Amino acid sequence: MSTASTALPSRRRRGNATFWLGLILVGGIVLAGVVSFFWTPYALSDMAGGRLEAPSAAHWAGTDRLGRDLFTQLMIGARIALIVGCGAVGIGAVIGVATGILAAFATRFLDDALAAFFDILIAFPTLLIAMLVVAAREEASLGTAILALGIGLSPIVGRITRILTKQVLGQDYITAARVSGTSWGAIVYWHILPNIVPFLGVNLALQFGLAVMAEASLSYLGLGAPPPNASWGRMLQEAQGTVYTAPWGAILPGLALFALVIGINLLADGLRDRFDPARRDG
Amino acid sequence: MMSDLLNVQGLTLATPDKVLVEDLSFSIMTGERFGVIGESGSGKSLTSLAITGLLAPSIRPTGRVTLAGEEIIGAPEKRLVRMRGDAVATVFQEPLTALDPLMPLGRQIAGPVRRRLKRTGQDAGRAAVAREVQALLEQVRLPEPERLIRSYPHEVSGGQRQRVAIAMALACQPRLLIADEPTTALDVTTQAEIVRLITSLVEELGIALLFISHDLAVVGQVAERVMVMRDGRMIETGPAQQVLTRPADSYTRSLVAAARRFDEALEGQP
Ligand SMILES: Nc1ncnc2c1ncn2[C@@H]1O[C@H](COP(=O)(O)OP(=O)(O)OP(=O)(O)O)[C@@H](O)[C@H]1O
Ligand SMILES: [Mg+2]
Repeated sequence: MSTASTALPSRRRRGNATFWLGLILVGGIVLAGVVSFFWTPYALSDMAGGRLEAPSAAHWAGTDRLGRDLFTQLMIGARIALIVGCGAVGIGAVIGVATGILAAFATRFLDDALAAFFDILIAFPTLLIAMLVVAAREEASLGTAILALGIGLSPIVGRITRILTKQVLGQDYITAARVSGTSWGAIVYWHILPNIVPFLGVNLALQFGLAVMAEASLSYLGLGAPPPNASWGRMLQEAQGTVYTAPWGAILPGLALFALVIGINLLADGLRDRFDPARRDG
Repeated sequence: MMSDLLNVQGLTLATPDKVLVEDLSFSIMTGERFGVIGESGSGKSLTSLAITGLLAPSIRPTGRVTLAGEEIIGAPEKRLVRMRGDAVATVFQEPLTALDPLMPLGRQIAGPVRRRLKRTGQDAGRAAVAREVQALLEQVRLPEPERLIRSYPHEVSGGQRQRVAIAMALACQPRLLIADEPTTALDVTTQAEIVRLITSLVEELGIALLFISHDLAVVGQVAERVMVMRDGRMIETGPAQQVLTRPADSYTRSLVAAARRFDEALEGQP
């Protein structure tokens, strides 16, 4: 108790720094993605410069082997990464939270069955599940990639939700709520969801990063969004042959990916520290 | 069933491989204060859960439990939800875990208030609920209600948390209040205050009380009639005065003697 309270101020300061760094990284990428809807330096397929030009005043991130502007592609890539991340995590969270809570409430048999099901699905790499879904849809598109990744993430979310829900269900305040005649629906809405979201949120941020990276991998394998979608994964794939002659073509989308994944995680950590009343100074 | 509010007949609770409570029978009249004494693991909490129909699925109840004229054992969950709160509410041992850590205290009390107002067809609007919450806070003698309403459980003292838990139980206006070792987690002075608060409130509001404790002195202060439990069985029952001063059973006698020795040891200190 006393160690926790003396450790609190420094923890809080660190939490704040984490939060702001995350906000700057994610904010910058969101800004680039939003602006890309209205303005980019060049049109996406415009072969505006020479081949494999290094970064310059005219082409801030250089050009690719067809002379297309890489900064334009990075901006469009930011938009795609965010859409994929939000979409996949959204789908994964809805399916995962629903089945996780269902398992926690279910009879012993159904609970065991669902838990085993989660574990088996988790044993398959998310990327493999996503590839199977893309294959089943027989068509690579952004929507398919999002759906595939969302389904791929759902068992992880499901397993965590199940465990968190069981922990909350064992608390006296749930029994107290039940003794006072609260219905299960109200208990889930008022007590269970608020108490699992802080923990779930941090994990969902992790999943967001994984989804964005998995989309990059799908695109890299040619299973993601087809051209003219310029996802960071596709940029990496196209820069593959020219890493030695024009390294910026691979380094910049790689850095962007890294910044988004790190930023989202820092932001989630910072947000949890801010919204957890036990950690907020009272 | 007569004028009994709660009637327990031959209650047996068992898991597939163990009998936890065996052939328990007792009853509580409207407005009566009934104490259950027993050492840790004697089945006190399980008995209270059986009365509210909240046993874990792995525990099978047999026998009869009638609360406010309604059969509890075997009743469908839907009927139990309606009956809980109306007929019975519970105060638990550990006030920190009995409150939702992420919900301000005011909203936690408002929940059961709103449900009761709706159930009885009264005005359940914001202002009406807030007024009731305010009244409840005064009833359990909590200071600075304005600050308390906005506080989270970890921001107030253990005694204050237990008062909030009592306010939540009273918000239901139950006919039976179950207090399962409500003072065990508190220091001695706070214990005495909470015990006095519970006793005066149930008396004032005409609520029957099922008071569970392993502390003989506390039960003696609160209850008119007591039951002594050991290993899931009833050892002895009768008026508190008689059981605690002239126990018939050897086990109860040893409990009373131990409590007396403990008191004397305390008094012996300067
Ligand atoms: N869900 C359960 N499944 C199996 N056994 C249980 C379960 N819950 C409680 N028990 C057992 O039933 C016995 C009685 O438990 P109970 O909680 O009623 O004791 P108690 O008298 O309230 O004790 P304490 O004073 O420590 O609270 C204990 O031996 C306990 O291990
Ligand atoms: Mg107990």
